[in-house]
Amino acid sequence: MRPSRLSLLKKRAALIQATRSFFIDQGFLEVETPIRIPAPAPEAHIEAERAGNWYLQTSPELCMKRLLAAGCSPIFQICKCFRRHERGEKHLPEMTLLEWYRAEADYHDLMTDCEGLLLALTRDTVLQMGNRTIDLTPPWPRLSLDAAFERHAATSLDHCLADGSFEEVLVRDIEPQLGQNTPVFLCDYPASQASLARLHPSNPARAERFELYINGLELANGFSELTDATEQRQRFEGEREIISALGRQPAPLPEPFLRDLAHMPPAAGIALGLDRLIMLYTGASHIDQVVAFTPEEL
Amino acid sequence: MYTAADLKKGLKLEIEGNPYIVVDFQFAKPGKGQALYRTKMRNMVNGNMLERTFRSNDKFKKADLEERAMQFLYSQGDDFIFMDNQNYEQLTVTRDHLGDSTNFMIDNMDVQVLLFHGASIGVTLPTSVTLRVIKADPWAKGDTSGSDSKPVTVQTGYELQVPPFVNEDDLIQIDTRTGEYMTRVKE
Repeated sequence: MRPSRLSLLKKRAALIQATRSFFIDQGFLEVETPIRIPAPAPEAHIEAERAGNWYLQTSPELCMKRLLAAGCSPIFQICKCFRRHERGEKHLPEMTLLEWYRAEADYHDLMTDCEGLLLALTRDTVLQMGNRTIDLTPPWPRLSLDAAFERHAATSLDHCLADGSFEEVLVRDIEPQLGQNTPVFLCDYPASQASLARLHPSNPARAERFELYINGLELANGFSELTDATEQRQRFEGEREIISALGRQPAPLPEPFLRDLAHMPPAAGIALGLDRLIMLYTGASHIDQVVAFTPEEL
Repeated sequence: MYTAADLKKGLKLEIEGNPYIVVDFQFAKPGKGQALYRTKMRNMVNGNMLERTFRSNDKFKKADLEERAMQFLYSQGDDFIFMDNQNYEQLTVTRDHLGDSTNFMIDNMDVQVLLFHGASIGVTLPTSVTLRVIKADPWAKGDTSGSDSKPVTVQTGYELQVPPFVNEDDLIQIDTRTGEYMTRVKE
């Protein structure tokens, strides 16, 4: 094995170990849930890999929320997830996700967790990205998506949602500007982009969902959980209609999850891309540099 | 048909009636949003670059391209006449579709002709070709100018730089990809 690969894998192992220690020290319980499942959460733009008649998980979200409903909290998991066709400089179709969930918490609590975790992984309070220095001193700015579009895009968020250019404008005009000097939380996503999140109490067009960005890289996605099982079923049906319209076969509804959701306490949960976190802490520019093997090498 | 998931460098597509080759592409996917495939392509007929952002559900026609082994027979003005080695049918290609290739084409040369919907859009030549020098200044012994090359003209009318020892009527080998002199060929 090339020495650079060895030193990178050592750093990867150390960062995962430190992440695990951070959560255990905070009183989180580490859990494992099945990777092969009969029904992933129906999400319009996330496609699950088939595994026989079942699927490989795209995220451990549903099983972890069922654990919350069973009284397990706070919990975290580090696991492999699979998403079809996602391949690029920052995407692997098989990736390592870190997810954590807290009962009786909301998305602001998760943002505080993010600040604590990323600080715990460095000896000092800065991240060196090439010749750019990212200051990790909390609190990090919390920028609403509406304000981000106003600041960096030519048209408003609502306008981009209406004409279908939302993703394009976000990727082209906004993401590269985010997290240049400090990490930034991009908050309050359109309700249509948050099928498992609670809606904002003062503005039902927005959901209590955020993404963490550092140096233009999207690192984590968290939200206050939707706990209304009836509304969740309606949203899943809506996603399934979009999936059908896109010409894909929707998976069956995750009935045991919908059943347990009725007993879930108010909670918040987040998924963080560990491969991308390792990119940031090792200065890697391509996700291929932080894994032992890419699919193309197999 | 291709879908956006098939996009990769080197893929050949038909867009608005023209053949394109993908020269670069970037996959982007914001959070739970739609995947975007930001793609740079080169028009295979005129070389123009095209940038497009595709969505996962976009579908493309495969460019109807075919490469056929042919023999270059002769040229007549701006028309270049080829013969298909399989069915012996003749095909006429105009000079503007051949570009720099005409510098290196001699009668009876074996080439690959690239067809798009049956019409020629270019030829691939052998990587090197042997041509006769028809015009060269003699090499003066004791030339002290210090130059290590001189211009000559070959039988196709193409001009290039060669070492001073190459004379008129010599055969020389030329790299058809770069147009540069490779070696002198003994008869």
